[in-house]
Amino acid sequence: MPFAEPSGPMNETTAAETTWPRLGLRRAAFAGLLAALALAFLLALMLGSVSIPFEDVVRILLGGEGARATWTDIVWKFRVPKALTAALAGAALAVSGLQMQTLFRNPLADPFVLGVSSGASLGVALVVLSAGTAGRLLVEGLGLFGDLGLAAAASAGAGLVLAAVLFVSRRVQNTLTLLILGLMFGYLTSALVSLLIYFSAPERVQAFSLWSAGSFGGVTWSQMRVFAPTVLAGLGLALILPKPLNAFLLGETYARSLGVNVPRTRRLILLSASLLAGVVTAFCGPVGFIGVAVPHLCRSIFNSGDHRVLVPTSLMLGATVALVADIIAQLPGTGQVLPVNVITSLFGVPVILWVLLRQRQLRGSFAG
Amino acid sequence: MLATEGLIIGYGGRALTPPLDVELRAGELVCLIGPNGAGKSTLLRTLAGMQRPLAGHVRLGGDDVYRLPAVELAKRLAIVLTERVDAGNLSAYALAALGRYPYTDWRGTLTAHDEAVVRAALTQVGAAPLAARPVNELSDGERQRVMIARALAQEPQVLLLDEPTAFLDLPRRVDVLHLLATLARERRCAVLLTTHDLDLALRVADRLWLLTAGGAFVAGLPEELALNGALGGAFRSEGVEFDSAAGAFKMKRHPCGPVALFGEGLAAQWTARALERIGYEVHWADPDLPLRVEVSALGEGAVWRLNGAHSPREYRSLAELIEQVQVP
Repeated sequence: MPFAEPSGPMNETTAAETTWPRLGLRRAAFAGLLAALALAFLLALMLGSVSIPFEDVVRILLGGEGARATWTDIVWKFRVPKALTAALAGAALAVSGLQMQTLFRNPLADPFVLGVSSGASLGVALVVLSAGTAGRLLVEGLGLFGDLGLAAAASAGAGLVLAAVLFVSRRVQNTLTLLILGLMFGYLTSALVSLLIYFSAPERVQAFSLWSAGSFGGVTWSQMRVFAPTVLAGLGLALILPKPLNAFLLGETYARSLGVNVPRTRRLILLSASLLAGVVTAFCGPVGFIGVAVPHLCRSIFNSGDHRVLVPTSLMLGATVALVADIIAQLPGTGQVLPVNVITSLFGVPVILWVLLRQRQLRGSFAG
Repeated sequence: MLATEGLIIGYGGRALTPPLDVELRAGELVCLIGPNGAGKSTLLRTLAGMQRPLAGHVRLGGDDVYRLPAVELAKRLAIVLTERVDAGNLSAYALAALGRYPYTDWRGTLTAHDEAVVRAALTQVGAAPLAARPVNELSDGERQRVMIARALAQEPQVLLLDEPTAFLDLPRRVDVLHLLATLARERRCAVLLTTHDLDLALRVADRLWLLTAGGAFVAGLPEELALNGALGGAFRSEGVEFDSAAGAFKMKRHPCGPVALFGEGLAAQWTARALERIGYEVHWADPDLPLRVEVSALGEGAVWRLNGAHSPREYRSLAELIEQVQVP
C-alpha cells in the first residue's frame, strides 16, 4: 500500500486510531546513559597499574584516606584529572563530530574535517621538531610548565585554523566549498608536518608521534583550568543548538524557509565544533574515531535523527566511550600504557561495524 | 494574499520577465507553467523571499517579503522544493514536526497545540499511518506527502511548491494535485506550484500563470488560456502543437495524410488517437476523403470498417486496423 487514501480534515476517529510516535529523549534512556557514564568514571579511578578497591576510591573521593597512603595521591593527582579529561574530551569529540556530520550532511565528517587538528599538529610539529633556535627557546621557555608548551603550540595552531574557518565562513556561502577548503588545508598542513619530520632528529620525531598517538593523561590540574571551561563552553553552545541542527537536516534552503538565520547559526555551529575539536586536540592529541563513531552509535541505539536526542546522548556516550578506551589503554594490572588512538580503533571499529551492519542505518542517513 | 508590484525576476542583472503585477488569492490553486528555462523556479524562489528580485516588491498581506523577519515569514509562507530530502533517521512525524519551527521555543519543545497541528497536517495529507516510519524508508510519493504536511504544519497563508509531482508516477501526481486543490479550498490557503504536467494543470488549477521562453507572462483561467491561443503559443515548437479542443499537445506532422473517421463513443475516440499517433490527420465524418474508417459498436466490443483504395474490409480489433493502415 503506497499510501492511504487522502482523508478530509482531521476527525476524532482517525486521531484516536493512529498511535503517534513520541518525540524527544526517553527518561529511561537518559538514566541508563548516565549510569553507564558514572560506572565508567568509577572504573577509571579504580583500575590502572595499581588496582584500588571501590570502597577506597569512594572514601578518597569523599575526602578520606585510602587503605594505603599512596592511593590518595594516585587518585587525586593522576586518576581524577585523567578521568575528567577523558570524559570531557570524549563528550567534546562526539558532539563536535555530530555537528559536523549534520552541517555538512555527510556521514563521514568528523570533528577534524575543517583542519583544526591539522592546525594543531602543525603547531606541535613546529615546536617539537624545529631544530632552530627559535623553537628550542620556545620549548625551553615554556618548559617551566611542562607539557603546557605543547598544549600552547597546539592551541595556537588550532586557534589559527578556527579563526580562518570562521573568517572564510562569513564569505563563503556554500557549505561544500567550506568542506573542500578544510580538506585542502588539511593536506597542506600534513605536507608541512611531513617536511618537518623529514628534516628532524629521530628523538624529536619520537616526541611528536607520542603526541599524535593521543593521550588523556597529559592534563594536569593547572591545565584543567583552561581545558575544562573551554570544553564546557563549547558543550554549552552545542546544547542550545539542537533545534537549528534539526532544521539543517533538511538542507540550508529549507532551514531558511523555516525561519533559521542560516549564516549566523552556521557560524555558531562552526564555533562550537571547532572550539571543542581544537581544545581536545591541543591537550590530548588528535584522538580519532570517537567523533565519527559515537554519533552513528547514538542514531542506531536510540533510532533517532532528532538532535534534541542526539546531542545529549552523544555527549554522554562520547564521555563513556573515551573513559572505557582509556581504561583499556592502561592495560589494568600491568605497568604498560597504550596510545588511546590504538584502543579506540582496535576495539571500537569492530563494535561500530557490528552495530551498523546489523541495523543498516548508515545508508540513507544522509544525502548520497 | 501574495501580490507582486513591478516585480522583475532574474539573476546576475539579466531580467527574465517584464515587470509583473500579479496576485495569488486565498483559497485558489495556481499552476505556474512554461517551458524549461523560462524562469518558473526563479519566480517561485523570488516569491518565497529566497532570491532578491532585480526590481519591484513581493507583498504578503501588505508586508514586503524581503523585509519581514525570517520567523514571521515562516509563519505565513511555506515551501516544498524539488530536491529530495534525506533527513537522517528522522521519522515522518519528526520531519513534519519541523514545520512548527517558527512557533516553538529555543529548545524546539512541541506544546500540545503544536502536536495537534502536526497530527492534523499528517492526517489531512493521508500520511498519518506513516508517522512512525523513518523518512529514508518512504517512497517518493509518501515523502512528498510528508513534506507537504511539514509545510502545512507551518500554518501558512501561502504555500509554494516547486514541481511537487516531478518524481511521481501518474496516479500519485493526480493524488498530489487533488490534495493540493483540496488544501487550498479547505484551508483558505493560496497554493502556487510549478509543473510540467500541462494536462493535469489544466484540469485542477483555478488559474494558470504562464511564463513563456521569451519572457512574456500571462495569467488567467486555464480554459481561457487554451481558448485565446496563449497556451499554444507558449509551447510552440517544431513537431508539436496544442490541440485546443482536447486540451493537450499532439504531433504536428502528419506524414500519412488525412483520414476520415466516422463513429461515436469511446471506441471512436481511441481510434482517433491511434490514427494520430501513427501519423494520420484525423477529420471527423468527412465523406469526401479517399481513406475512411467507420467505427460501430458490436455487442460488448466494436467493429472497424476501412474504405480506401481497396475494397472495404472489416476488422474486429483496433490492432488489426492499425496494422493494415500503418505506413512502414
